[in-house]
Amino acid sequence: MTRTEIQQVALAAALLAAAACLPFVSDAYLLSIGVTIAMYTVLATSWALFSGPTHYISLATAAFFGIGTYVTGMGIEHLPYWLLLPIAGLIGAVLAALVGIATLRLSGVYFVIFTLGLAELVRQIITWFQNISGQKGLYVLTAITEEHIYWQLVGLAALVFLTGWAIWRSRLGFAVRILGDDEEVARHAGINTARVKVLLFMVPGAVAAITGAILAPRYVYIEPSIAFTPMLSFQVVIMALLGGTGRLWGPIVGVIPFTFLWEAISGTFPNQTTLLLGLSFLVIVYLLPKGFVGLMQSARNRVNRREGFA
Amino acid sequence: MTTVLSLRGATKRFGGLVAVNDLDFDVAEHEVLGLIGPNGSGKSTTLNLISGALRPTSGTISLRGSAISGLPAQDIARRGVARTFQLVRLLPSMNVLENVMAGAVFGHRRRWGHDAEAQAMRMLEKVGLERRAQAPVGQLTYIDTKRVELARTLAGEPKVLLLDEWLAGLNPTELEEGISLIRALRDEGRTIILVEHVMDAIRSLCDRCVVMSSGCKIAEGDTEAVLSDPEVIEAYLGTEDA
Ligand SMILES: Nc1ncnc2c1ncn2[C@@H]1O[C@H](COP(=O)(O)OP(=O)(O)OP(=O)(O)O)[C@@H](O)[C@H]1O
Ligand SMILES: [Mg+2]
Repeated sequence: MTRTEIQQVALAAALLAAAACLPFVSDAYLLSIGVTIAMYTVLATSWALFSGPTHYISLATAAFFGIGTYVTGMGIEHLPYWLLLPIAGLIGAVLAALVGIATLRLSGVYFVIFTLGLAELVRQIITWFQNISGQKGLYVLTAITEEHIYWQLVGLAALVFLTGWAIWRSRLGFAVRILGDDEEVARHAGINTARVKVLLFMVPGAVAAITGAILAPRYVYIEPSIAFTPMLSFQVVIMALLGGTGRLWGPIVGVIPFTFLWEAISGTFPNQTTLLLGLSFLVIVYLLPKGFVGLMQSARNRVNRREGFA
Repeated sequence: MTTVLSLRGATKRFGGLVAVNDLDFDVAEHEVLGLIGPNGSGKSTTLNLISGALRPTSGTISLRGSAISGLPAQDIARRGVARTFQLVRLLPSMNVLENVMAGAVFGHRRRWGHDAEAQAMRMLEKVGLERRAQAPVGQLTYIDTKRVELARTLAGEPKVLLLDEWLAGLNPTELEEGISLIRALRDEGRTIILVEHVMDAIRSLCDRCVVMSSGCKIAEGDTEAVLSDPEVIEAYLGTEDA
């Protein structure tokens, strides 16, 4: 590790530790926003690990997330809670691998459609099962509090950052960067690009499923339309792009302002949320194609250039 | 002489167009083979078939006796075929050293960490670019981008090197440097297929030549003999100035 790397890791650890203190100083409302921010941080950061370098836009977040909530919903009466999280992660990773193997050879457009369809497909399957068995939804009754959920999410965020950092330093990470720059060159350099993409896609799959499993107790009553809402997938994409996918810490820079903005918007116009979500998506893609990270970098480059002339 | 690479009946169709038509030739170890012909005669397509960028419509290509035709490009690269592209392809988000490390980390002979970095530095020295190791590739001159790409292909220690018009677009001084660079590779005993239009380069670098026209092989043999073959002269004169 170089000196700057040690500094970055120390800074990240300090920020996470500070974030973990929120429940001690905040009221219930602020804590609920904290949970939302932590949740989207985890989802958007892991999403960007895959979609940033590969440029494949995944709308499968809701599928994995929904499966995770159902793992907790169905398993909580039979298995200890701490076991449900890795089970959800494993199921998410395996499903992501299967989806990846089936679709990542296709072009980006097919991948987007397929991942969007996946959430709907899983939702329909569960609805169908529930119709057969005659039950509508699931009650998740636990002693888990909002604080517990928050801390678990902060812990998961630490794990996601650590994973992203470890991947970045590994051969896999180098392969991903090459692939992101030029897939043809990657293949001719000897990189199995299909395998790299599948491996990488397993990360957001597992993370979104674990996130769903962690959040299930918060919903108390879960049904397919809540667990698999496509809005979740779109929000993750918007926040990650708003922050920028070029850096590991990029998405969080989008998550925090967007969460507050969204809180205000959806409170004021509760019936137009889908429309407004679409609009914010367009605004971000047109005005900030590389997100806040890109904006900061070009500002820094400009300053450097000016200093260079002086 | 051992045969490293051989093509038998290699054919590539694009719809109705037969870009490479029933092509046969062998490349011996330590040989520099010139693959020449007028524009659009199928040279790049032939390299694409060998490197796995394209699948042959029919025919077989084998590397040291085992068939590689139909394998994906990454498998062919790992078995020891490395190439440059007619239009230089570098990795824009990385610096010069990282571009070359891409070849060292994932090529035929794989390295990692300091080992890969040292190998990449050695390749940069070989192409005369060691002082630009940390430069972003966007700041390079045209010939230097070509050097980086060459260093990247060398970094994985390939058995066969495919160079697609590596000397094209260079000014006279650069051309001289470029020719002596490839001559150095030749003197190291590398096996190279050189697609080239520059006649001086072909004369001074190639042991043998295969000449293509409209996808077919029209001549093959010692460079001097092939270049004075009336049919070859005709093929060149028929389309453009040679
Ligand atoms: N991907 C493709 N799809 C359709 N046609 C193609 C494709 N690639 C090449 N061709 C055609 O195949 C023929 C041979 O092209 P190729 O690029 O192999 O020629 P070349 O000998 O390398 O020419 P040059 O000297 O100009 O580079 C040309 O007519 C070209 O238009
Ligand atoms: Mg060509």
